[in-house]
Amino acid sequence: MKIVELSLADEAATLRLARQLAEAARPGDVLALEGDLGSGKTTLARAFIRALTTPEEEVPSPTFTLVQTYDCDIGMIWHFDLYRLNRPDDALELDIEEAFAEGVSLIEWPERLGAWLPAEALRVSLAAGAGAMERRARLAGGERWSKRLSEMFGG
Amino acid sequence: MLVLGIETSCDETAAAVVRDDRTILADVVLSQLDEHRPFGGVVPEIAARAHLDHLDRLVAEALRRSAVDLAALDAVAATAGPGLIGGIMVGVTTAKAIAAVAGKPFVAVNHLEGHALSARLSHGLEFPYLLLLVSGGHCQLLTVEGVGRYRRLGATIDDAAGEAFDKVAKMLDLGYPGGPAVQRAAAAGDTGRFALPRPMKGRPGCDFSFSGLKNAVRLLVAELGTLSDQDKADVAAAFQLAVAESVADRSGRAMGEFARDYAGPAHLVVAGGVAANTLLRQTLAAKAADCGFTLVAPPLALCTDNAAMIAWAGLERFRLGQSDGLDFAARPRWPLDPGAKRLRGAGVKA
Repeated sequence: MKIVELSLADEAATLRLARQLAEAARPGDVLALEGDLGSGKTTLARAFIRALTTPEEEVPSPTFTLVQTYDCDIGMIWHFDLYRLNRPDDALELDIEEAFAEGVSLIEWPERLGAWLPAEALRVSLAAGAGAMERRARLAGGERWSKRLSEMFGG
Repeated sequence: MLVLGIETSCDETAAAVVRDDRTILADVVLSQLDEHRPFGGVVPEIAARAHLDHLDRLVAEALRRSAVDLAALDAVAATAGPGLIGGIMVGVTTAKAIAAVAGKPFVAVNHLEGHALSARLSHGLEFPYLLLLVSGGHCQLLTVEGVGRYRRLGATIDDAAGEAFDKVAKMLDLGYPGGPAVQRAAAAGDTGRFALPRPMKGRPGCDFSFSGLKNAVRLLVAELGTLSDQDKADVAAAFQLAVAESVADRSGRAMGEFARDYAGPAHLVVAGGVAANTLLRQTLAAKAADCGFTLVAPPLALCTDNAAMIAWAGLERFRLGQSDGLDFAARPRWPLDPGAKRLRGAGVKA
């Protein structure tokens, strides 16, 4: 398990992190975006999706629709928000198996998935920092991610 | 003219029958049937199976209450998007099957068009009018020029208004759904104790934003630490006022644009679940009066998700000679104004 801890001074720093992750992404990747309400999960996901589609891509918060999909060069991006999910099994209705097998998945509120969350997912935890706009990020990935994390952040 | 409508794109499973003289003969909503309150902990929007399990019975019940049989119908309408594909397909497939068996035309309805035309069902409103659609999934301002003719003036660049209510209710531990919970708590609150931002207020254009306001509430809640009931009430009151003033400001700008484009009587229609908020209605009514507009608010049963508005939108399309083939594919994404300019630097709920 490779763990990287970052301090993100402002929203621009969150956007830079999102673009770095997008550049490294490949089909079958699952990014679990953890953090409380207002910690910047959707902001990070939006920048990630725009980096792989177009800078003007409309990326609504998927809280209400549960999932939004986007086509890009490396396949389909699946942006999930499982906030309203009551039971992990309900996620099967959202075609998570297809998403995890072939697409690139961004999952907000991944803890709602329970055992369905793939073990090789990159866990991206966001938390409030000292200032109003500051955030702390913790990236934790196993074998699937450790080399890429080292290339991105050293260590 | 009689049209059966089916709605399965959202949390509700619903069926309704309406007539062209604006009479709702039946409007049956699953969560309002006694034996399904509460609905067993499944969000039907997620579980297409849940829609499937109940839709036949709801359609039969709507026809029974209307005292109408399939032969008497002129068309069968169903929500064909936007929304989750599983739920939509249950409604669309059911409607197509009924249409095929009864030998009636099928009409595919955009869920948002259902909201957009609901004031014509409830109030017989003439085109054109300005529509504010505020719900859990949508927040936009549109001119409604005619059936199928919409122009988006503005939309949220991040969260929808109803989503902001839900998330603030969560932060304050007020329960779900957030809209009624925040309104109840705010009733005992002091709007003057906390100052929250008024997102986008005074900015050009008619777009909305609620993510920054949500963050401001988060910081305020963190600063307060342990919240007393009075703290919660005061935060809820400040938040609700901020949303109402922001929405009224954006709507005011849209009314200005509308008045420049169209002469004659001007109406602002507010639809969607958030239209249930009393303070929002009051603030909008005052703003509308300032702008020389009349505020029109369809009854709540037509503002939240329902099948009567779908049947009505289907009827409006059908009496203009429009219907769809049985090969019509459900559309998970289906903006009312596909030509709307994409908003830079933001996500938009279309």
